[in-house]
Amino acid sequence: MELAVFAITAAVALTGAVAMVLSKNAVHSALFLLLNFSAIAVLYLLLRAPFLFAIQLIVYAGAIIVLFLFVVMLLGAERHEEGADTLGWQQPTALVMGIGLLAALLVVALGGPLGAPAGVAEGYGAPEAIARALFTDALLPFQVTAMLILAAIVGVVVLHLREQQRG
Amino acid sequence: MDWLGIVILIIKCIGLTLAATTLFAYFTLFERRLLARFQHRIGPNRAGAIPLPGGRRVLGGWLQPAADAVKLFFKEDVVPALADRWVYLIAPGFAVVPALIIWVAIPLGYWPDGQGGNYLHFAPIDVGVLYLLAVTSLGVYGIAIAGWASNNKYSMLGGVRASAQVISYELALGLAVLGVVMQAQSFRTEAIIAGQGQLWYIVPQFLGFVIFLIASTAEVVRAPFDLVEAEQELVGGYNTEYGSMKFALFFMSEYIKLIAMNAIAVMLFLGGWQFPGLAELAAAVSASAGDTIGAAVFGLTSLGAFLLKVTVLSFVSVWMRATLPRVRYDQLMNLGWKVLLPLALVNVAVTAIVNVLLPDAGLLAALLTGAIGLVVLLVGVAIGQPARAQSSVTLIPRATHQS
Repeated sequence: MELAVFAITAAVALTGAVAMVLSKNAVHSALFLLLNFSAIAVLYLLLRAPFLFAIQLIVYAGAIIVLFLFVVMLLGAERHEEGADTLGWQQPTALVMGIGLLAALLVVALGGPLGAPAGVAEGYGAPEAIARALFTDALLPFQVTAMLILAAIVGVVVLHLREQQRG
Repeated sequence: MDWLGIVILIIKCIGLTLAATTLFAYFTLFERRLLARFQHRIGPNRAGAIPLPGGRRVLGGWLQPAADAVKLFFKEDVVPALADRWVYLIAPGFAVVPALIIWVAIPLGYWPDGQGGNYLHFAPIDVGVLYLLAVTSLGVYGIAIAGWASNNKYSMLGGVRASAQVISYELALGLAVLGVVMQAQSFRTEAIIAGQGQLWYIVPQFLGFVIFLIASTAEVVRAPFDLVEAEQELVGGYNTEYGSMKFALFFMSEYIKLIAMNAIAVMLFLGGWQFPGLAELAAAVSASAGDTIGAAVFGLTSLGAFLLKVTVLSFVSVWMRATLPRVRYDQLMNLGWKVLLPLALVNVAVTAIVNVLLPDAGLLAALLTGAIGLVVLLVGVAIGQPARAQSSVTLIPRATHQS
């Protein structure tokens, strides 16, 4: 049962990822990315991490893709642009890096006996456990991330103000 | 899980879906009759009337939803020639599915199955409240991609407005729910209802309730926040190019989402299925007629109490729609970002501080939180001025064609 769910979900996730890259229309790409994110959320459920499942749906599926769609629709940027590709160097670079990542994964997967993961403790992925880890062991990274996001927000406001003054 | 379990699960899901759609059908009748009353009309009162001797007719209008459904089924089904065909076709499904799956995490009543479970709560999820928020935030896709795929500028404007609006109000909605989660100290929906045995959370979380009510109305893009389908500006908004059953699916998802939002509000703030005297009644029936019948009585009466509370909130929704004019777009954004979001943050902070300072005084802490929330709300209403119209539109001179 679990294996069947995993196989279906993984196939959906891969299909979504590949179709996202291949489709010419930006809105289609965003929708395929949504499919991929949702499939990954289901994978989190299979890993007994319901909190991550919910967060994946709320943050990635519920907010980020909606913003992608909003920007693409607002700018009308979904059509495939004619003309020369000015970012031609990106494709070979991405290909090389992807192959490198795949090789690393294969080395890890084939190299050592992975076997069954050690049994997880009761309530391992529960919100309480994550909150405790976040506010004790990982407090510094948590705060640093918060500062980073705050800086981004301040940056947006400053840019907007400058544009208003000019206009 | 064996095959029998899966079959039972599928039957349960079909039952829940049918119940939700029936609820939708009769909600439309409820709304049409009430709107008519608010406007001093009568409303649909013919279909299905039962004639009585003496020329009187009773139950007029109860078949109106069926008549509407038949009409919609037999309308012509058109796909615009320049629409993005696949996205256009999946958009109605995209709209309906979140509206339906949201119901699994809401406890509709309490019918104990004798093994610590509850027949009327389909998915007791660990993070039930987060699941509800996640599914709510998925609801916008149907509208956004329908607007885009129709290849019509009015539909597109509707879709763009929908995504901006839902993103903006999601924050206030989530923070309002967070207050309740802090009060109950759990993400589990059944724990939140159990925590309201003594006192409904509307008392300590009054501010949260008001924010939730406003933000949920905006989240399901309903009047007075229905800029997505403002017919004076956008023809029909995102669903302009949809007809027949595809339009009906949008209509259905909108109403089921509204009822689900009211059900969530009942669950979070109004004690869910709890009602004074239910447990005593069930205990008395159990003592005289056996545990199975006692559990059944408890289940049905608690379901009835839940539906009663949802009906009361639904009446409030219809009332708001009949009373309030549609807001302007800048008012919508100001309300979401500059009023509701700060108020919700204050609510979270007050809840946290009071519950940490007074960890043992349940009633006192609740009343104190509620009082502070009320004061904050009143201060917010008093100092908040209605935003002035933003009429600083920059007109771009049209390029004239000169040969």
